[in-house]
Amino acid sequence: MMQLESTINGRCTQLEVNDNELLLDVLRDHLGLTGTKRSCEVEVCGACTVIVDGLPVSSCMLLASEIDGAEVVTIEGLRDTTFYERAQEVFTRHATVQCGFCTPGLLLTLWSLTDGRLGPLRDLREELSGNLCRCTGYQSILAAAEELTS
Amino acid sequence: MTDVIRRVDRQSRGTAVGRNVGRLDAAVKMSGRAEFVGDLEIPRMLFGAVLRSPVAHARIVGLDTSEAERMPGVVAVLTRDDLNDLDPFYGHAIRDRPIIALEKVRFVGEPVAAVAATTVAQAEAAILHIDVEYEELPVAANIASALDPAAPILHEGQLRSGAAHGLGDLPDRVGNICYQYAIERGHIETTDASAAIVIDREYTFPAVYQYSMETHAVIAKYSGGEIRLWANCQHPFLVRAEIAMLFDLAIEQVRITVPFLGGGFGSKSYTKMEPLAVALARKAGRPVKIVNRVDESMVTSRRHGMKCRMRTTATEGGRLLGREAQFWLDTGAYADNGPRVTATAGDAAPGPYRWQAFRVDGQCVYTNTSPSGSYRAFGATHLQWIGESQIDEVARAAGIDPLDLRRENLLHRGDEIRSRGKPLDADLIGDVEKAAAAIGWGRERLANRGMGVSVGLLAAGAHPVSMATVKMGATGGVAVLVASTEMGQGTRTVMAQIAAEVLTVPFSSVVVAGADTGFTPYDRSTGASRSTTVAGLGVERAAREVLDSLLETAQEVFGVEDPACLEVRDGAIWNGTDSRTMAELVVSRFGFIGGELVGHGEVKPESGSGSYEEGPVFWEVCVAAAEVEVDPETGVVTVLQTATVADVGTAINPKLVERQDEGATVQGLGNALFEEMIFAEDGNLLNDTLLDYRVPTTMDLPERMTSIIVENHDGPGPFGAKGCGEGAFAAVPAAIVNALADAGVLMNELPLTPRRVWQRIQQLEHRSSER
Ligand code: FES
Ligand code: FES
Repeated sequence: MMQLESTINGRCTQLEVNDNELLLDVLRDHLGLTGTKRSCEVEVCGACTVIVDGLPVSSCMLLASEIDGAEVVTIEGLRDTTFYERAQEVFTRHATVQCGFCTPGLLLTLWSLTDGRLGPLRDLREELSGNLCRCTGYQSILAAAEELTS
Repeated sequence: MTDVIRRVDRQSRGTAVGRNVGRLDAAVKMSGRAEFVGDLEIPRMLFGAVLRSPVAHARIVGLDTSEAERMPGVVAVLTRDDLNDLDPFYGHAIRDRPIIALEKVRFVGEPVAAVAATTVAQAEAAILHIDVEYEELPVAANIASALDPAAPILHEGQLRSGAAHGLGDLPDRVGNICYQYAIERGHIETTDASAAIVIDREYTFPAVYQYSMETHAVIAKYSGGEIRLWANCQHPFLVRAEIAMLFDLAIEQVRITVPFLGGGFGSKSYTKMEPLAVALARKAGRPVKIVNRVDESMVTSRRHGMKCRMRTTATEGGRLLGREAQFWLDTGAYADNGPRVTATAGDAAPGPYRWQAFRVDGQCVYTNTSPSGSYRAFGATHLQWIGESQIDEVARAAGIDPLDLRRENLLHRGDEIRSRGKPLDADLIGDVEKAAAAIGWGRERLANRGMGVSVGLLAAGAHPVSMATVKMGATGGVAVLVASTEMGQGTRTVMAQIAAEVLTVPFSSVVVAGADTGFTPYDRSTGASRSTTVAGLGVERAAREVLDSLLETAQEVFGVEDPACLEVRDGAIWNGTDSRTMAELVVSRFGFIGGELVGHGEVKPESGSGSYEEGPVFWEVCVAAAEVEVDPETGVVTVLQTATVADVGTAINPKLVERQDEGATVQGLGNALFEEMIFAEDGNLLNDTLLDYRVPTTMDLPERMTSIIVENHDGPGPFGAKGCGEGAFAAVPAAIVNALADAGVLMNELPLTPRRVWQRIQQLEHRSSER
């Protein structure tokens, strides 16, 4: 067991976690932040993406102990941003959301692409290749991403 | 009925159908608030973990759970010994699958025991302390070894037929063959006399994984005489019937709630993890939740691998004569939906051409691998690339443009497809011409590039039985109760559009909740592209009943004898310039702000029993075109562009139709180019993670994907609609294979991995240098 303190969605949060616990499990099971999704568990699909200190990470591969002192944003925190407001309109117009299982992770990746912290944007297809979507065929995702990042 | 429809059609003019309204569920899904089974918690809930067999075929000679039972947090350990009071076999087609392994295991991954504990970690820790002793048996891990006369027999004795296969009397098991489907027209032998072109080859199609991003998940609660399930199943009513049968309850004592599904694609059709979860909850005396990992879902359902031999004959001028096809589908250790897949594949084998004769013989084969079930456009995807590849070979041999050859030989609207059942209900030539035009067919060909088209049909609609309820309350709000499960396709949105159209109310005033067998009326299933067509028709009819009640009240309010003088528009009923809103009418009907109008819509077979052979409800068109480039040095195939046709009758929501075809295109591309589950000789699945089972990413997309919507208003569904979303899957691999052959590389094995394609190129070069 270890104690840690981090800022999760803008709120200072104290946690007690096992050494081998994954951030994904802590978010979903301890904190009830179920907008973060579990799928591949091998850092391929991006469904579990959250933002740690401004960078998108796969929470299925990060030990919870690593977020001590860090700032974490999940989809529950993204909801209050102006980016989210715009994204809602754009995603709805392009019918980008289908089953929605990939959507929260995708939105967090997109958000991190818009704030400039990752440096200049590479090709959008490359940037989004870590977020699988089995429903859309990606056309509507790329169309929405194009708008949101320009 | 027709009368009523005609009358109301003239009177009511909605604005919801045909529009790209935003999805009802977009906001809740974006926000992360949408609930999937894995997100649900119910009081006193435990977590389940499943111990799965490490061997493909063995007798279980010892099973000791005593240590696991003493582990921290463990409440119950389930084994075969807990099922003695039940007939523990299920399977909607063939009742061949026990809830948990009994005397034998038949595939790597088969559940042998399950633990319910306070936390997932405790349950997972405990299963490691269950001792199982296996006495290994010979393994038949592929079609060839399962068909060998010396093969071990997976299921001895007589097979019991399941309750919901819809295929009439099932033939007896022969060795490891659990189902056979044969169709024949004319005398194939006589067609050979005039044959100048004969194409005869063998083909291999891979087993693939549907990979819906959400894995199979279920919460089960067993309490004296009642079972409750929260499950991500596509067909809750069929699962309910199987659970009731297994646990010896009345159907009404089982209630299944289906929240949002994180994709389905067929992987969640029929019964999957539900029986095991119920048995575990029964043992534990507390509710239990089981959420599969991806590697577990991979061995819960997959697409059938297949071997096929096909022979096509034609005259010198390219007039098609006869086709023979034999194929063997690997259904794994349990039949699951194998029989239906076999029948659908059989129907797809001839292809929609004017044959003088054809003969098809399909076999569904048990092997010691994980069970195969449904995956988008099953059967059609298996056969279309083969049939269409032979059509192109005929065209090349005859020196005719493949599109022209199709124009000459394709069936026309109204032509018979099989001796019983629905004739062709679409314009295939028009469809394939549109797809070809979209990729620039006829353009001059560049080196290492090729273009291909493909045409096929898929028997769609399944058994046409669906009910729906539409309610209108005293504020004019509308609730639609329909059990189509929302798995991403947008069914809730489409159902709301249909109700809004009939009632002329704003789309935003319609609420569509998910399936709950306790409240939503019966719907056979969500699959076979049937929801919009069949369940949608139920919603339309239910909404019309509500409208009839409103008209009845309006007649009284306005003092009008003939309802035909009344007009319905903008959510109100008009008598000349006088009008009442629907909310006002509900209030005047009941005399206070309360009460509700309830309409019921029923869809049943229009004639006959609705069986498979009498169907289908409609033929889903599978048409695509593709352009590819192949690198002869590496064997890498790049799909440059695709075009698909959604021949949907009427597009209720055109954008959602496009999304369906785009999704199907990319899944089809994965199936064609690189997806493949690789089973070793010992039955082990070698690539059971997303690291080594690769699915398409944004990097795999064609530069251009065109989805064409064809609207001939000729469907049997609401407003002339018919289903879509699967056809493109069957058509795209076929178009890619044909495009690659056009570039000079004729393939008879999928997926088109660089290695396979490169080897083929070497073979072809070798052959031409020998000449
Ligand atoms: S679940 Fe973490 S990347 Fe897939
Ligand atoms: S919308 Fe279903 S996986 Fe992306």
